[in-house]
Amino acid sequence: MSWISPFTLKGMGILGMNRRNHAFVARYNPRCHYPLVDNKLKTKQLASAYGVPTPTLRFIVSAQHEVRHVNKQLQNGEGFAIKPAKGSGGKGILVISGSRGNSFIKSSGRRLDERDIQRHISNILAGLYSLGGTPDTALIEDIIQMDPLFEGYSHQGIPDIRVIVFQGYPVMAMLRLATEASDGKANLHQGAVGVGLDMATGKGLRALQFGKPVLLHPDTRKPLDSITIPDWKHLLTLASRCYEMTGLGYIGADIVLDRNRGPLMLELNARPGLAIQMTNGEGLLQRLTAIETLTCNNRNIDERVSWAMESFGKTKGTTLP
Amino acid sequence: MHRVSLYWIVGLLILTGLSLAWLRHNQMQIPFKPGSDTGVWLIEARVSFTASQRPVLASLSIPKMPPGFRIFNEQAASPGYGFSIVGQEENRRAEWSRRTAEGSQTLYYKIQLTRHPEKTGKLHDPPASPDTVYWQPPEATAALAIIETAGATSSTPESLTREIIKILTTSEKEQNAALLLTEYRQEILLTRLLAEAGIPSRVVQGIFLEDGRRNQSLVPMVEVFTGNQWILFNPVTGQQGVPENFLVWHRGGPSLLDLSGGSSARVSFSMIFQSIPALEMARIQSSSNGFSFLSMHHLPLDQQGIFKLLLLIPMGALVVTFMRIIIGVRTSGTFMPVLIGMAFLQTSLVPGLIYFLAIVGTGLLLRSYLSYLNLLLVARIATIVIIVITLITLASLMAIRLGFHTGMPVTAFPLIIIAWTIERMSILWEEEGMREVMVQGTGSLVVALCAYAFMRQPIIAHLSFNFPELNLIIAALILLLGQYTGYRLFELHRFAAMKDRTP
Repeated sequence: MSWISPFTLKGMGILGMNRRNHAFVARYNPRCHYPLVDNKLKTKQLASAYGVPTPTLRFIVSAQHEVRHVNKQLQNGEGFAIKPAKGSGGKGILVISGSRGNSFIKSSGRRLDERDIQRHISNILAGLYSLGGTPDTALIEDIIQMDPLFEGYSHQGIPDIRVIVFQGYPVMAMLRLATEASDGKANLHQGAVGVGLDMATGKGLRALQFGKPVLLHPDTRKPLDSITIPDWKHLLTLASRCYEMTGLGYIGADIVLDRNRGPLMLELNARPGLAIQMTNGEGLLQRLTAIETLTCNNRNIDERVSWAMESFGKTKGTTLP
Repeated sequence: MHRVSLYWIVGLLILTGLSLAWLRHNQMQIPFKPGSDTGVWLIEARVSFTASQRPVLASLSIPKMPPGFRIFNEQAASPGYGFSIVGQEENRRAEWSRRTAEGSQTLYYKIQLTRHPEKTGKLHDPPASPDTVYWQPPEATAALAIIETAGATSSTPESLTREIIKILTTSEKEQNAALLLTEYRQEILLTRLLAEAGIPSRVVQGIFLEDGRRNQSLVPMVEVFTGNQWILFNPVTGQQGVPENFLVWHRGGPSLLDLSGGSSARVSFSMIFQSIPALEMARIQSSSNGFSFLSMHHLPLDQQGIFKLLLLIPMGALVVTFMRIIIGVRTSGTFMPVLIGMAFLQTSLVPGLIYFLAIVGTGLLLRSYLSYLNLLLVARIATIVIIVITLITLASLMAIRLGFHTGMPVTAFPLIIIAWTIERMSILWEEEGMREVMVQGTGSLVVALCAYAFMRQPIIAHLSFNFPELNLIIAALILLLGQYTGYRLFELHRFAAMKDRTP
């Protein structure tokens, strides 16, 4: 077991759990706004009102008796994703890449029949995946078409980009790649690879798996530091817009790149994790305090994003116009 | 601004707690350390009955010079009733009377005793020889046969008693004993057989003293007169002499409780062991002192037993707060560990650990089976509650059969909480894998053990019960911990990867 001294951590400006809860989550996130991010359906409705693109919603299932008719609506050969509205951490998400006759094919290649799909939806309605087991709603969305850029970087799942947004400023970002160890999920503690991204350019900085630095993707052996997210400023603007949308001062916005539609907001998190600091090799505190001490707070989204790219980028001067 | 006011509150809490404790220590002579004073057994007899709108007279047999103890205070608490103690020597009785009463009534009689080594060699006048005993014809032969068998291997009244008890309690009972035991209770049969043999004896009733027990009833014993003194025998084990911590309550005379003007009378006993000086007891009784209102000793005894545990919870909560905020241990459920720790206090550590692991482990196995059934959440938890109750019942029964433990206090483990833990852990297992279950399960147990280690300290148990105001200080410490925004100990390991960052 290796340890690091608290003074070194402090020197690096690493944000700890206690401080995150006390000085950021509790102070900047009013409790009454939580339902907006804890319920994907509400987030989606809000996003469409604010013009933030999200994966297309096909329909919702909110009552058990509707479950029987679901199959008719799904048998058009296209892929779809079933999600619980109140799920968290990717729990209960079922991704179907296509259907053949009466059976559906999971992204892993496994076949499921109609009854499996119906049971999964019933479980969602019963609250199996929701916080505290409250009754839930199932969302059926179009699947995301993976951007060819990520070819070979992800095992089964679609990579997503987590951006920490503080008072409307993008602060830090990382790319999360599913691996075989994480079972196609993008959760770092389950073994997904996190790649820190340069705020100025969207270029990969360093990659970690299970808290240890890695250079190649563990399944595909592709080098991880050569990755660059295209249209970076647009993506950061999308993330920043979530601040006005939710009224939450400290959030993590999860964004995916769709081949056809570009960046889409997948979900928001009012208590984003701290591992992003390790993938970036830098603490959050300095950046957060820099924003807290800002005097002019009436900038528009575009100004905020430009300011953040300029101030937090590692490769200064290369900011895209 | 709000920081400053918080520190004011913290300071005020600590100051109030300390000064109240100090004042009460000075004014009421409550010691700060446990065990520095003589132990006092406070026993409370609770007589409950339903009055039927007629004049009520209740008469309860009360102890007088019980062997091994000295009575130094007794009192009755029953508003609306006249009370007096009548009779003397071996037939002392407490009498409550009232012109008319209706509905359920509760009468209390409290007695305080200290240990008192018995003076040996005290001679008694021999009692009258026992009256002739009447038996049914087949019983008479059986009784004679038993006395003959026992008499052949004995020489004195004591040895005869021991031999008879042996015959009555061997596991494969001989026919004669079995026949008589269907007709008479063991202690009654013993006195009858001894009377048949011409030895005076009597049934006495008493209680085994154990700290914090509630709703106890009397245990029958037999006293045998052996020439110049009465000797106590346990009719079940044959043990001779007064057992440790056994208080003889009712001895000879008529019944334990007589009641006229009421029905469904019941006597139960609660007891508690206190380490408080007699001086304080005296002051409590003449309770005019301004600081005695905080004293837990005013409460009825069975409630005092509850508060002895309840007042330990703040200490456990402090341990949990510390472990989570400073160390960063992950637990399943925030205050679950305190409750497990408290359960360990009641079951003692090793049996408690075995019970807990066995119940949660078996529960998890059965729960994984339940997940095939596709139940809704509420139904699933309800099922788990029933499974847990069944498991606890089975475990207790098995323990008693094996004879290594007197069974588990059913209330010790909070059932619903165990059921929830099983449910949460199994969902965690399905979603995050076994590793996370192990991390949180071990975390919960470690924190529970820490809480237990603190709560079982005699000094902490003593202070929390006798100085409940000290919990204000614990509250202040918890408030301070809530202000800590530094790193958790485990984060120093978690963020260790920052050391070798590539520039």
